[in-house]
Amino acid sequence: MISQLSWKIGGQQGEGVESTDRIFSTALNRLGYYLYGYRHFSSRIKGGHTNNKIRISTKPIRAISDDLDILVAFDQESIDLNAKELRPGGVIVADAKFSPTVPDGVGARLFAVPITAIAEELGTSLMKNMVASGASWALLGLPLEVFNKAVEEEFGRKGPAVVEKNVEAVKRGADFVLEQAGGPLEEFRLEEADGKQKLFMIGNEALGLGSIAAGCRLMSAYPITPASEIMEYLIKKLPKFGGTVVQTEDEIAAVTMAIGANYAGVRTMTASAGPGLSLMMEAIGLSGMTETPLVIIDTQRGGPSTGLPTKQEQSDINALIYGTHGEIPKVVLAPSTIEECFYDMIEAFNVAETYQVPVIVATDLQLSLGKQSCEPLDFEKIVIERGKLMTGELPPLEEHKLFKRYEFTEDGISPRVLPGAKNGIHHVTGVEHDQEGRPSESAVNRKLMMEKRLRKLDSLRISNAVKADAPNENPDLVIVAMGSTGGTIDEARKRLAAEGVTTNHVTVRQLHPFPTELLEPHLKSAKKVVVLENNATGQLANLIKQNAGYHDKIENLLKYDGTPFLPSEIHQACKELR
Amino acid sequence: MATFKEFRNNVKPNWCPGCGDFSVQAAIQRAAANIGLEPEQLAVISGIGCSGRISGYINAYGLHGIHGRALPIAQGVKLANRELTVIASGGDGDGFAIGMGHTVHAIRRNLDITYIVMDNQIYGLTKGQTSPRSAEGFKTKSTPEGSIESTLSPLEIALSAGATFVAQSFSSDLKQLTGLIEAGLQHKGFSLINVFSPCVTFNKVNTYDWFKENIVNLDQFPDYDPSNRVAAMNKIMETNGMLTGLIYQDKGRKSYEDLAVGFKPEALAKQDLRLSREEFDKLLAEFK
Repeated sequence: MISQLSWKIGGQQGEGVESTDRIFSTALNRLGYYLYGYRHFSSRIKGGHTNNKIRISTKPIRAISDDLDILVAFDQESIDLNAKELRPGGVIVADAKFSPTVPDGVGARLFAVPITAIAEELGTSLMKNMVASGASWALLGLPLEVFNKAVEEEFGRKGPAVVEKNVEAVKRGADFVLEQAGGPLEEFRLEEADGKQKLFMIGNEALGLGSIAAGCRLMSAYPITPASEIMEYLIKKLPKFGGTVVQTEDEIAAVTMAIGANYAGVRTMTASAGPGLSLMMEAIGLSGMTETPLVIIDTQRGGPSTGLPTKQEQSDINALIYGTHGEIPKVVLAPSTIEECFYDMIEAFNVAETYQVPVIVATDLQLSLGKQSCEPLDFEKIVIERGKLMTGELPPLEEHKLFKRYEFTEDGISPRVLPGAKNGIHHVTGVEHDQEGRPSESAVNRKLMMEKRLRKLDSLRISNAVKADAPNENPDLVIVAMGSTGGTIDEARKRLAAEGVTTNHVTVRQLHPFPTELLEPHLKSAKKVVVLENNATGQLANLIKQNAGYHDKIENLLKYDGTPFLPSEIHQACKELR
Repeated sequence: MATFKEFRNNVKPNWCPGCGDFSVQAAIQRAAANIGLEPEQLAVISGIGCSGRISGYINAYGLHGIHGRALPIAQGVKLANRELTVIASGGDGDGFAIGMGHTVHAIRRNLDITYIVMDNQIYGLTKGQTSPRSAEGFKTKSTPEGSIESTLSPLEIALSAGATFVAQSFSSDLKQLTGLIEAGLQHKGFSLINVFSPCVTFNKVNTYDWFKENIVNLDQFPDYDPSNRVAAMNKIMETNGMLTGLIYQDKGRKSYEDLAVGFKPEALAKQDLRLSREEFDKLLAEFK
């Protein structure tokens, strides 16, 4: 019996790889396994190799594996590109139609199943993904009825006849391969899971869900990979709560519409990736200058320019922190798990309204698109804080006086009223302004206003701004990272520990303003600091050096080829850097 | 009920004496009072440029944003609180150059807001460069040999983009302008009102006298039917875009707010933000 294995399906884009993966993983989730998925895809819809990999485990996992146990292949290309990942004794389930062969040097067992032939016999080659997934499910010896239930849910809306055909396809695939293999493969028999259904979602869905829980009722956005799932989720859900999603003409419209809606009192966000964020920069300055709350999600992908739109990278850090002209108070957060994607959206909206600032939530492609098990989300933790928003009746204003929307206060945060409020009229402008919001070029006012705005964030620390797993007092290595890399780092740390290398793991969740005092004790304790990030210039490492120093201790561990780190890569690199 | 004086504040506009924008400001104040608004029920969202300052000169909620983006901001305000009357405003550079993409799509989207463009055929605040509305051959600081680009026709573009309300006026004709703004504010959908608003400092060609000579008032055509889109397009072309009055109105099309499925008929901004536990559990159930 084994406690975890990795399964991958590969084929041409548009061939049903996505839906097969969906049904396969839904069924596994029903059995209570922990799952972690990885999508390899390209910027095209039909054609081109694509594959989805799922790691299945009886214990929580947050990383893809180095190797692979089962590969389901719709074409020879999928075998040629992925077989090298198979561990010795791994299995390939492939369509007999293309006479599959195992590449030299790969010690895998091949099951050639007449996938297309069976599907065509049942009426349509479209069902070949069901034949294939049925075959690979059967090899694992898992209960077929659970799989059939997932098939039923996927095709239920197409009517019972379609469901029946697909269930039949699954059965035919299973029967064929079991006969060939002489029954389920004992070496792939998974220990039973706890049977408790987990939440199973992609990061973008967790971000969308968190936004609704936070009271977000409007979203304005422009489609972009890998952010679009957020708007697609919210357009299904927001109308149920009276709100809507507007697909705008560009990202500038998206962000300025969100600013207008936040100004008028509705929690509104937009989401994009690097190219969109670049277009939004001027407007982020407007939000900062007018002290209008704003929440933006940046799902980082490979840059610059169009870059690698479907690949992993964490290279927007500098742009998010420094990208707006002039100087404004701004917050940049980076959730590092799927659960944090949910909770951080609530915090992002609370911070945006409490401090009246733009808040950027930066994920990365793997965190946004990797489908994975999610711990239960706690309703009690949903707290809504709106800061100095005045909702009651206001005292009458003196003639020709406006409401002091930008009143100088000790903490820099001024009372805020919403348009529509009687006796609350004030002016809002991106031009430097006085306490009533009227344009002012007075040098005295300018200095006071700049200081007022900037001191708002003096004390801001989000919850767990720096998250640490620090069991060692003076570790050989402190690994500092952000975003989706945490689970992979922890797997590498286990291997390092087994070899006697002590490590602590620190995740920076608040990138700006930088929580230096929270990070510093960890840097101090380390013999060496490894800053691990998916970019080519070490942006996080530079941020740490700039704020905390420790130049002599810090080593870069960078990966910028578009793929996420593997545990083995971190393990190897840390051994060398030690 | 508020009078037009209550829409005034004590801020002295930084416009040049004689600028057409003064009359536009007065017309907005009068129209708002005439249709029975209170100052807090009105939000004026403006762009950047001389005319963009208008939101600071009216006693109402006002937001002076960034160049070319008055329309998306104004649409956001309206979506958040549909009980507000929302005016977007700015110049021809703001709306027809840097913001043209937003103008076309705001027209298509048809949210219930009114867009007032102060069209002076030149960039004033940057001291005299060509605008998309400048005539061919027009000499400016950026076109010393005369403009060689064709003049943009916002009225034709608006009609082809599916506008439900298109009007044009002249800042000297306060009565007509006020009436058109009232009609625009009462129109259930997006209304575009382009206003010839002469720049007395940098535009020595398109002057008050020049407009008076060249304008064609639609009142001259008693049979003109503003519900006829083809006739409207013809009239714009026949007059080379120099017509004033209500050019086109489609009273049949519903606004975006009314078409958006599930969109709350009351102000979204007044809604309680918290989910109930039942609502939350229902959302989670889909991920099991």
